[in-house]
Amino acid sequence: MSEQKETIITVRNLVKKFGNFKANDNLNFEVFKGEIFGFLGANGAGKTTTIKILCGLWAPTSGEIKVAGFDIYNQTEQIKRNIGYMSQKFSLYEDITVFENIRLFGGIYGLSRHEIAHRAADLMHRLDLEHSRDKLISSLPLGWRQKLAFSVAILHNPKLVFLDEPTGGVDPVTRRKFWDQIYEAADRGITVFVTTHYMDEAEYCDRVSIMVDGRIADLDTPSALKGKYGVKNMNEVFLKIARIKPDQNN
Amino acid sequence: MRTILYLIQKELLQVLRNKTMLPIIFIVPIVQLLILVHAATLEMKNIDMYIVDKDLSSTSRGIVQKFESSPFYYINHHSFSMQDAENELKKGNIDIILHIPFGFESELVKGNNSGLQLLIDAINGTAAGLIQSYTQAVLADYNRKIMMEWTSPGMKEKPLSIEITRSFWYNPELNYKIYMVPGILVLLVTLIGMILASLNLVREKELGTAEQINVTPIRKYHFIIGKLFPFWIIALFELAFGLLIGKLIFDIPIVGSLGLLFLFAAVYLFAILGVGLFISTLASTQQQVMFINFFFMLLFILMSGLFTPVETMPDWAGVINIANPMAYFMRVNRMILLKGSGFYDILPEFISISVYALIILSLAVWRYRKTV
Repeated sequence: MSEQKETIITVRNLVKKFGNFKANDNLNFEVFKGEIFGFLGANGAGKTTTIKILCGLWAPTSGEIKVAGFDIYNQTEQIKRNIGYMSQKFSLYEDITVFENIRLFGGIYGLSRHEIAHRAADLMHRLDLEHSRDKLISSLPLGWRQKLAFSVAILHNPKLVFLDEPTGGVDPVTRRKFWDQIYEAADRGITVFVTTHYMDEAEYCDRVSIMVDGRIADLDTPSALKGKYGVKNMNEVFLKIARIKPDQNN
Repeated sequence: MRTILYLIQKELLQVLRNKTMLPIIFIVPIVQLLILVHAATLEMKNIDMYIVDKDLSSTSRGIVQKFESSPFYYINHHSFSMQDAENELKKGNIDIILHIPFGFESELVKGNNSGLQLLIDAINGTAAGLIQSYTQAVLADYNRKIMMEWTSPGMKEKPLSIEITRSFWYNPELNYKIYMVPGILVLLVTLIGMILASLNLVREKELGTAEQINVTPIRKYHFIIGKLFPFWIIALFELAFGLLIGKLIFDIPIVGSLGLLFLFAAVYLFAILGVGLFISTLASTQQQVMFINFFFMLLFILMSGLFTPVETMPDWAGVINIANPMAYFMRVNRMILLKGSGFYDILPEFISISVYALIILSLAVWRYRKTV
């Protein structure tokens, strides 16, 4: 294996304004194929804004952005074919069953009936949800729903999956299990772009960027960041960075 | 194409599994037909009359008797005091005062001319107009009778007069229910279609599932067709169900072709669902949608000719009605059911509603944004 890294997301000078407020202030970064890229920041730092722009849900104010080799301005539909997305708002249909949700999203991504049946069986087996096949989503506990939502988001084997605070509101054990699922996806070659504000999760990422007030304050591997700031864990890295505001730092 | 089928399947599952939606779809039409058709009638029965007969002559008694024997009048007060009568009118206890002044008969005999007075409660102008014309008809009838008796007591022949015979086409007995049922049916189908369609899309926005759909490569028109089709089926079913009730309970005539009626309804529903969908693209919460719906629904209903004929509205109302899809179906539904109009008779409306559906659906697809 060569060390040459292929980029899957390129962001140059991304700006997103809401009126006078700059939610994303001149972002520049790259995400490499196959990595788990952590996008950290406090609440309101602008993480969700960036992720929605990269998914083609929101249009940026300015900047050059390529996702999976396609341009964000006029190739959003091609991008959408190659990505998966799981939002912080739970987003499966609650009033239909586990299998019916899988079938619907499989159908939307153009999988054949046979493929849907096959992947659904495989997915429910891996998640240990076989007995819940015909249960309504609304009857499942939150942790299970999130695992299922993630699996449905990568049902069509996308090149890249965006997870927007996927572990919000669940206990540490379930969060740990969720990260096992993320590793599994990464092993299958899916690039993972994940936002979180749990700093212990940042340790699991290959590289992390830390956002403060709409700007990227720092970006590197967790160990490099810990070395740079001379601290033991990512939590302390985050506290140090968040305290030195980027504009004071210059 | 397959994508649309998956979407339709999902929508149908959601509607059919919804424990509150199903009863609404079945019970609402029955209740609305039963209540509205009976209540929204312009036929006057039980007109409360107060009689002040100060003459007490055989002629005045004749007039009173004439009213007493009419099924439309209910005479519950007699007195000699106009003061009392007017008080009752002010209290709203009676609809009309018939005042026969003292010397009514003798004036009539002497001068061949005499007057009496009617006072009508005109809070409701339409009702007052009807009461007035009913009452005048009764009086005119009596007038003719005494004219015949008095002017030519010896003659067997009738005096010359123009006799008008009427025949009411398409509703010979002027049965108000027959007129109302087709109208209420239009109302029902419109309500169900527009509200279901507009709430549904916005609900997905609120739940966040719309966002999940928007990150998929789904085509906009696939999504919109997938959304519309289930409600289109439900509304057409609703129309069939309502017609059945109308036939069984009110025995409404179905003179024209049912096939033609459903063809028109099918196109009409595209327009209505398009309006609902367009509204939902403008709003972000179900509450906003309901308010916008109320606004349009009221305009649509009151201007459609359901209660008051479009012909009596001012010209500018007719212009507004070009944009009122309900006005077209209101007219066509009555034309087909009561009159038996054929395809060529409704062709202008058919073309209009087709163009309408095309425009509003294009607007809805255009307004619906996957990327904000």
